[in-house]
Amino acid sequence: MSWLLPLPVVIPLLAGALNTVLDHVAPKWMHHAVTLGAMATALGFSIVILIQSMSSETLHWFGGWTPRSGVALGIAFAADPLGAGAAVFTCALTLVALVYSVTFIEGEQRKYDVLMSAVCAAVCGFALSADIFNLFVWLELVGVAGYALTGFDVRRVRALQGALNFSIVNSVGGYFVLTGIGLLYARTGALDLAQIGRTLAGQHANGVVIVAMALIVSGFLCKAAVVPFHFWLADAYAVAPAPVCLVLAGILTDIGIFGIARVWFTVFDAPFGTHQRLVGDTLLWLGICTALLGGVMALLQSNVKRLLAYSVICHIGIILAGVALLSSKGVAGAATMVLAHGFLTGGLFLACGILVVRRAPRWLAGLWFAGTLALIGPPYIGIYLGHALIDDAAAEAGRHWPQPLLWLAGALAGAALLRAGVEVFWRGEHDDVGLEEPREARVGVLVACTALLLVAGAVTSLVPGLGQRAHYGADRFRARAEYADRVLHDRPMKTTPHLPVVLQPTSAESLAYASGATLLAVLVALLSLWRPRLARRSVLRPAVAGLRAVHSGVIGDYVTWMVVGTAVIGGVWAIGLR
Amino acid sequence: MSVLPYLVAAWICLVGLYGIVTSRHLVHLALCLTITQSSTYVLLLAIGYVKGGGPPIFKGVKLGTTAVDPVVQALTLTDIVVSVAVLALILALALDVHERAGTMDPDEIAELKG
Amino acid sequence: MTRTVRIGLFSAAAVVLAILLCWTAVDLPDFGNYRGPYGGLLNHVAPAERHVTEVVTATVFDYRGFDTLGEELILFTAVAGVVLLLEQGERGERPEPSESIGSDAVRVLGALAVGAAVLVGLWLTAFGYVTPGGGFQGGVAIASGIVLLWVATSLRVWGPFGSDSILDPLEGVGAGGYIVIGLAALASGLPFLTNLFGPGRYGTLQSGGSIPFLNWAAALEVTAALLILFSKFLEEYVVPLAAGDER
Repeated sequence: MSWLLPLPVVIPLLAGALNTVLDHVAPKWMHHAVTLGAMATALGFSIVILIQSMSSETLHWFGGWTPRSGVALGIAFAADPLGAGAAVFTCALTLVALVYSVTFIEGEQRKYDVLMSAVCAAVCGFALSADIFNLFVWLELVGVAGYALTGFDVRRVRALQGALNFSIVNSVGGYFVLTGIGLLYARTGALDLAQIGRTLAGQHANGVVIVAMALIVSGFLCKAAVVPFHFWLADAYAVAPAPVCLVLAGILTDIGIFGIARVWFTVFDAPFGTHQRLVGDTLLWLGICTALLGGVMALLQSNVKRLLAYSVICHIGIILAGVALLSSKGVAGAATMVLAHGFLTGGLFLACGILVVRRAPRWLAGLWFAGTLALIGPPYIGIYLGHALIDDAAAEAGRHWPQPLLWLAGALAGAALLRAGVEVFWRGEHDDVGLEEPREARVGVLVACTALLLVAGAVTSLVPGLGQRAHYGADRFRARAEYADRVLHDRPMKTTPHLPVVLQPTSAESLAYASGATLLAVLVALLSLWRPRLARRSVLRPAVAGLRAVHSGVIGDYVTWMVVGTAVIGGVWAIGLR
Repeated sequence: MSVLPYLVAAWICLVGLYGIVTSRHLVHLALCLTITQSSTYVLLLAIGYVKGGGPPIFKGVKLGTTAVDPVVQALTLTDIVVSVAVLALILALALDVHERAGTMDPDEIAELKG
Repeated sequence: MTRTVRIGLFSAAAVVLAILLCWTAVDLPDFGNYRGPYGGLLNHVAPAERHVTEVVTATVFDYRGFDTLGEELILFTAVAGVVLLLEQGERGERPEPSESIGSDAVRVLGALAVGAAVLVGLWLTAFGYVTPGGGFQGGVAIASGIVLLWVATSLRVWGPFGSDSILDPLEGVGAGGYIVIGLAALASGLPFLTNLFGPGRYGTLQSGGSIPFLNWAAALEVTAALLILFSKFLEEYVVPLAAGDER
């Protein structure tokens, strides 16, 4: 029983409560001190949990209610390496965002710190929880804090529109998840993930379980902004303040995919294991469509933050494709990509924030281009390692068409970012790219945070031993029977293999794709700078206009697409899995 | 009919979604969202019902008497609190929209698009 | 999309979703035939182990107490979000509207109603683990009673009850108190939120161990949160509207 497990969740929440108590009596620096101190402590504890989880399935039953003869009475936290790693990543990114916010967020924003701490605590809780309703509770907490933070700049209607679109679409998604949870409870009488999985393994999967899976997966896909649930993300990320975008892009969007992986490998793998190709293929197709749509839409944007948002969507597609392959290598690739993508995209969002405060300084251009290139993924830089692991996983599953499509999508998004960089830093088209009114502030801390994230992201593929550990973590994540044994019967884990600390070898195919994608991105960027109105004059015009029209900004349209998506997924699985 | 409560829950969910999709006023939209959320209350409570069972409260009642499921009632309580919290946020956003844009029609505030 | 296209597309998808949900409804256990292990087990062990007679409150504050922590903090965070959203922007000096209730009957009945509502709320909270009730339910009732004060009298009388400097600390103590009670168990080497006090006497107020404390913490937090919500909506919207009408 590890006493550390509740701490990454509880400490930030306690800091938020303390900040509220001290709200009218303490000076501003004390609020910042409490929040930053709590976040640093949470980060420290989560690192210790990660180290512990590498050698054992650390477990914590809240209230001391341990299971009785295989029936779980209470709620458990179970830390496996990937979940604990997600908690560490969350605390680290939130800490950087809060340090950045001290200078960046102007005015007496009392509740900002409370909301940011809540996001961090909720994502840590989501990553560590072993109970399905507990997952829903943390999902909603993340949502509630995120909606308010997105609408931070209430003076502008677009910020309110972004927040409204975000909140309504994600609330509906959350309630789809809850309906699915209710259906699972009706079928199995349990809320503990391991227990549900165990109960379903002994029964024939009927319509209830299929529809429950469709609803839960659709709800998580909504959070993850996968096509056709993705419309809200561009609106929300275009208007949220830069440090909030860092937190949203780095962690909030990824919990959707984490949730899908978690419920699949603990619950739905049991009844549908033999049909996993159908489930995996559906998600793989959705991932590829998302990646391509994100890349193409990024090229059509002139607002830099909205462009970055579509780049996030593109990478989410790649990450989902990795998980959809349902193998250890795929999940390991997705996890490594989440890491690199979070650092790099977060750093680029922070750079956008600096652009608000200083008019396109030349020294920022170096950071911007370095980050963008790392995001495209040339060999052994940035997202390369994760992407290459996903390539290997696809090849092992006997597929050869996802790899070029995913690299192409990443190249398109990268091209858009390169073009934006040239427009902002070379041509000085600062006003055209749609950022807020410039204002004055000290940039030292802002630049340090940005540089830290971009460098961390760029070197991710070069960290020796990371690939092997991600693979080991994915193996543990997928091992349903061992997970259930540990959680429900407290059986100790088998011994840990010794993991080497060397650079992960990747295939020649991936090296070729990576180099090709980088070259393609540069070419497309140059083309769109030289001939900016190409899309408007050519035969592509109706397609482009159609795409633009579909992203209408109207909530009614977004919810319609959500229902369409859920119906399609539910229909396909109902027919194929019976 | 033993499936009626579940059909009622499904109907409420779809009616609420229809309201969200066709709404012309942000407060109406927020309330339609609440209606969709209330379909989950009906579903959860219907799942936990035991025929002939009393409430899971044993004050003055012999232990071991048939009672309905207390877990779904606890889940519904959490559900309602979450629903209220989200409703409060959406109404606050709607008020701000009214103040800044002068309109409450979701179709008209679409500044971000494309 | 035009509205017609949107409604058409939605209707088609909704029909598919409806078919799926009806298919599920047929496969679910019949209404009234629920036989799952979790609920039945709790009905058996909760009164015996915690000496509480209200199993739902025992589930909310003990067996699934960690979920309730999350739920309480969702309300807390939402209120922080509403304050963030409604308190910004340039809002100039507003003239205080001179609204106050003229009718004596309304004021007298209102005052009685306030007292009754607050008492019912306190009772619901206090006996929440003995008879139906609980911290959340009681908190909402107390908050509505205090809001009735504004309905029955005037903004001036209601003012102290809606002031941030009192409500924020109360809310923080409610939310933080819940966490601190859980941490106290952790500090003693037991899992988070373990009951540190004995179960007490069956069916009385002195039962449930730590459940009463968590109960009251939740009630405090919910009351303060709802009052802050109401006061923010009042301040930022209703008051300017009323003042605007007068001009």
